[in-house]
Amino acid sequence: MTTLTPAPAPTAARTWQRSGGLLAAALLTLALVVTSLFVGVYDLGAHGGEDMFWITRVPRTLALVLAGSAMAVSGLVLQQLTQNRFVEATTAGTSEWAALGLLLSVILLPTVGLATRMVLASAAAFVGTMVFLAVLRRVQVRTTLVVPVVGLMLGAVVSALTTLIAVQTNYLQLLGTWFMGSFTSVVRGQYEVLWVVAAVCVAIFVLADRLTVAGLGRDVATNLGLSYDRVLLVGTAMVAVASGVTTVVVGFLPFLGLVVPNVVSLLRGDDLRSNLPWVCLGGVALVTACDILGRVVRMPFEIPVGMILGVVGAAGFLLLVLRVRRRG
Amino acid sequence: MAELVTPVTPLSAAGPGPAPRVPLRDTMARYGVRLALVTLVAVVAAVAILVWDNPAAPGSSGYWTIVRSRLTSVGTILVVAFCHGVATVAFHSVTNNRILTPSILGFDALYRVVQTALVFFLGAGSLAATDGLPKVVLQSVLMVGFATLLYGWLFTGKRADLHLLLLVGVVLGMGFGSLSTFMQRMLTPSEFDILSARLFGSISTSSAEYLPWGAAVCVVVGTVLWRRRHVLDVVALGRETATSLGVRHQREVLLTLLLVAVLVSVSTSLVGPMTFFGFVAALLTYQVVGTSRHALTLPMVVALASAMLLLAYFVLRHVFYAGGLVTVVIELGGGLVFLFHLLRKGLR
Repeated sequence: MTTLTPAPAPTAARTWQRSGGLLAAALLTLALVVTSLFVGVYDLGAHGGEDMFWITRVPRTLALVLAGSAMAVSGLVLQQLTQNRFVEATTAGTSEWAALGLLLSVILLPTVGLATRMVLASAAAFVGTMVFLAVLRRVQVRTTLVVPVVGLMLGAVVSALTTLIAVQTNYLQLLGTWFMGSFTSVVRGQYEVLWVVAAVCVAIFVLADRLTVAGLGRDVATNLGLSYDRVLLVGTAMVAVASGVTTVVVGFLPFLGLVVPNVVSLLRGDDLRSNLPWVCLGGVALVTACDILGRVVRMPFEIPVGMILGVVGAAGFLLLVLRVRRRG
Repeated sequence: MAELVTPVTPLSAAGPGPAPRVPLRDTMARYGVRLALVTLVAVVAAVAILVWDNPAAPGSSGYWTIVRSRLTSVGTILVVAFCHGVATVAFHSVTNNRILTPSILGFDALYRVVQTALVFFLGAGSLAATDGLPKVVLQSVLMVGFATLLYGWLFTGKRADLHLLLLVGVVLGMGFGSLSTFMQRMLTPSEFDILSARLFGSISTSSAEYLPWGAAVCVVVGTVLWRRRHVLDVVALGRETATSLGVRHQREVLLTLLLVAVLVSVSTSLVGPMTFFGFVAALLTYQVVGTSRHALTLPMVVALASAMLLLAYFVLRHVFYAGGLVTVVIELGGGLVFLFHLLRKGLR
């Protein structure tokens, strides 16, 4: 792991973090979530407001929580597995592969349900992430910065292929609306599959220590008695499921898994296990804030959250990269 | 041809490794043959696009109408190939590398942001009102400002870090893409309509009235660059060497970046972004020419880029009936080439 973080924080800060920091962060996130429940075009006080609340607002907010935490946490896992700070579903091409899988499932199996599509998208994401890791193993120059470049290029190639197929089969429009990350269409009966990613989050919490050890590299991990390949496989599978499901239900959420874990590491250091709740909360808070912004800024229309995240995330990413550069 | 032989500086010595001394005349002869061959391929492809599968009887008035309409596509291809090829080679020289291209660094995404921002902040009228020279100047100033900031920041560091620049450029491109989509969402449909006519072209649908304008810009920029080809040769040697040889390095770099920005905006407004096309064309050119003298590389890159694009268009349009897909296919193939190059050779 490239050292990005300074030496352990001063003790005063540490005490503060231990006692109240997490609670404060949780409260802030909760406030955002509650705000999300009550922001929208439909007047909840009007006739049928209560029904509306349960049909759209609650599912939408739950989806925000689930997708946000899953993408943030899976970014953290990918960063451990590749030993690189700048890798996540966007910069590893995982989301693009999921999109390819989804498109193929729509073309080849037009009648299957959402669950099957998700399985196919996740499978494609898994294959794609394994391809990325395999390519990385062959790269001669493996500097911190070239790894995300390789991933982004792989993603661009896969995405061009997806576009090509979509144009040939008249699905281009579907591609545009489907993959622009947006929670607009999330209503009751549409989002429930997202609970799968909650299971992934729990699994990551359980496996946190193993992932940390795997993050030390193959040799050290094997030396410490860890079956490195198995952890790599399981970790990749979890990331693939998280991004596959999120891509199918919501669309791309660019840079989320990159900005949140890195900011948390900057503030707290590199302890994966104790960082995990922070990363979860951060992911939820960022996605929810962006989504609320997207709902408010152009009422009664909505700006997809993916666009806002694209701008905010790219800026955050660049700041992180520049920070690394300043440190030499 | 006689002009090409005037050896200003023996730049082939700047290439990697001591190349075996080949008599200059042989090199030139080989170069001439190759350039002629590539040009021939381009011409054949262009003629094939014009006349292949023409349903009307040869020589009838309908026949010529169809040929004329196809002429627009060929013209667009030539302009785009010129823009990407020349811009990439010039950019490589002034930035002293052969892997970053203006497109990969997000120049065309920047063009879209600037266009969208004009409409977004000033309304749709601004796009029509500022058409012509002032708009081009404004855009170029913005784009060159961006490039200069990026490079100024890069070269002030301890060492020029290409990895970092590449990553920053790619991510900036993505961010710009999101930003312009974001602003496009905020426009009223009528404003968006005006904007999209300006932003989203493809080779089959590019507008004919914009083409002469683009071609004229290409001629002007091409002339300027051609007249400065020897200066570019010197600039490519790097800041210290160029300065000691009496070239005002910074001024030349800025001027070239300005011209590159103009070329990229012409191409982007005609057919939209093509991230890897310039890279592939330049890569091939260096392979074919074997020296970095601009007197040789500039004509060759134009010929090669035109031949590639014309061939791709012909095959896609008349064999696969998918003429609108040329940019996507080039993106796919070019991306793979870029990736392989990056993985095999690293960043040299």
